[in-house]
Amino acid sequence: MSDATATLPEDPPLVQGDITLQKLDDDISAPYEAFPTKRWWIAFLLVQPLAIAFLVCFVYTIGAGIGTWGNNAPVGWGWAITNFVFWIGIGHAGTLISAILYLLRQKWRTGIARFAEAMTIFAVICALQFPLIHTGRPWLAAYWLLPLPNSNNIWVNFRSPLLWDVFAVSTYGLVSFLFWYTGLLPDLAIARDRAKHKVRKLVYGIMSLGWKGSNRAWSHYEKAYLLFAGLSTPLVLSVHSVVSFDFAVSVVPGWHTTIFPPYFVAGAIFSGFAMVATLIIIMRKYFKLQHVITNDHLDVMNRIVIATSLMVGYAYIIEIFIAWYGGVTFERYAFINRALGPYAWAYWLMVTCNVILPQLLWFKKIRSTVKYLYPIVILVNLGMWLERFVIIITSLTRDYLPSSWDDFAPSWVDIGLLVGSFGLFLTLLLLFCRFLPTVAMAETKAVLPGSQPSGGHHD
Amino acid sequence: MTDSGRQLAGIIGLYDDPDSLIAAAEKVRDAGYEKWDCHTPYPVHGLDAAMGLKPSPLAFLCLGAGGVGAGAAMLMQWWMSAVDYPVRIGGKPFFSWPAFVPIAFELFVLFASLATMGGMLVLCKLGTWASPLHDSGVMAEVTTTRHGVVLNADDPKFDEESARALLEEAGCDDIRLLYENVEEEA
Repeated sequence: MSDATATLPEDPPLVQGDITLQKLDDDISAPYEAFPTKRWWIAFLLVQPLAIAFLVCFVYTIGAGIGTWGNNAPVGWGWAITNFVFWIGIGHAGTLISAILYLLRQKWRTGIARFAEAMTIFAVICALQFPLIHTGRPWLAAYWLLPLPNSNNIWVNFRSPLLWDVFAVSTYGLVSFLFWYTGLLPDLAIARDRAKHKVRKLVYGIMSLGWKGSNRAWSHYEKAYLLFAGLSTPLVLSVHSVVSFDFAVSVVPGWHTTIFPPYFVAGAIFSGFAMVATLIIIMRKYFKLQHVITNDHLDVMNRIVIATSLMVGYAYIIEIFIAWYGGVTFERYAFINRALGPYAWAYWLMVTCNVILPQLLWFKKIRSTVKYLYPIVILVNLGMWLERFVIIITSLTRDYLPSSWDDFAPSWVDIGLLVGSFGLFLTLLLLFCRFLPTVAMAETKAVLPGSQPSGGHHD
Repeated sequence: MTDSGRQLAGIIGLYDDPDSLIAAAEKVRDAGYEKWDCHTPYPVHGLDAAMGLKPSPLAFLCLGAGGVGAGAAMLMQWWMSAVDYPVRIGGKPFFSWPAFVPIAFELFVLFASLATMGGMLVLCKLGTWASPLHDSGVMAEVTTTRHGVVLNADDPKFDEESARALLEEAGCDDIRLLYENVEEEA
């Protein structure tokens, strides 16, 4: 990259250094082919207490009932829904990277797509835990959540956004999995063909469904991948829109606004990218993949972070403006209470983390230097969790009737479930890194210089 | 070259750069072969045209299945909310269709995705594991770094000498015979 060019700067190379197809496979395959290293075990054992905390709190909640949570009369939805919305949002970056950036032909996505998609699936798994537990009897939940024939002969209420959520989130989880698995097929075939051990060859062979790299298959595969991208794009926008309907369709002050769907989707992508950056920085260092997932990748991801940060900031301002301009006393009170009431600390911490601090990312040096950007993305994660907390708790604790007002405090079970869900998430992520290629090998090869025909054949 | 107990399955020419692969594919296509294929580690732009492949019909399947999904969703919601057990909720009509749109959309995506996945599995012939490329030990090369053009022995035009000549003409210096390993089954 020469700095002397007066024209537009060229895109930086997607993969740094001298890389051949073979070396790419070797580098990406090393982590899942080597026996678990000491460092992997240390990481795995470190997250196990969290995962166990989740299990303990899960079993305790089911055994003793959801009275063990901090929920009370006005705050019927508290902590669990906050966590649900937070985790669903985390997943959105994965789909954005895998689907929307694919449709926009952003080649840099190949380096991070696989990892981000895996995060999507694990985040949806974590998110699903909360609505399931909060039904109290998860093994009966199917009857309340799905239109199944039952002894009361009554059906679920299709006019309720909570039911739309059931369909949206379960479709999202399944489609994300299919999309991810489709992307994995050629890489599983590589893993199969690299495998030395018989059992290993067999397992990866079965998982690869017999992928042979045939162009007659690639032709359909590419079409299927494009269709998945096309389907996932409106899907991911619909999922967080529907999640926001859970709030917007109700009449609670501070929730009943039309800005919620785009505001939630932007927030989801914002938090998702921050989480991808948080984890992929550790992953690439740990697996020595800095030349495949470069600082230029972090740079572009942080540009999306700052764009979505501005959208979220805009939504905060518009909410306040409309509350004032709309002239509804209850709405005005809801926003004054957010900024100055008992949860003002959470509100201002949220504004600081989500709107003020990310402005530092305007500087290229900060955007692409790990030690500067890392604290920022961690705080964005915190800020986005707080955003859901602020929306849910401030509105529910202070609704129309002052006689029903009450403050909310989480119980130890609530906190255990939140912290524990990170244990569940990280356990799944570590297992993924252990057994599957964390970077899409076939896809990255297709965008390496010299890998495509030189002239006249571009479609 | 032929061993007893091994059956000739075809011939493969291995190429290191995509340009010669495209050139070879065009030659084989123009020579009128029907049972042949290219094996590449990643999708190569323009290879579909060079092979003379028709566009994949998956898009129609996807759209059709999506339509079925959305239709089924509307039908289900209408029957359950307005026919089987009507309940007046929020003063809305029993068949308050705008409220049913989100679920119809989700089922559109769900059905379309499942059909795309299923269609892809069938069209890509996934779920069949055996291949002479495995038996002859060239699979690892074409899934990782090299491009292969395979002419099947059961093509009516196939004969070893002319197939070899065709691949060499396209600039190939690594041509191998592919066998089906039949004796391993016993």
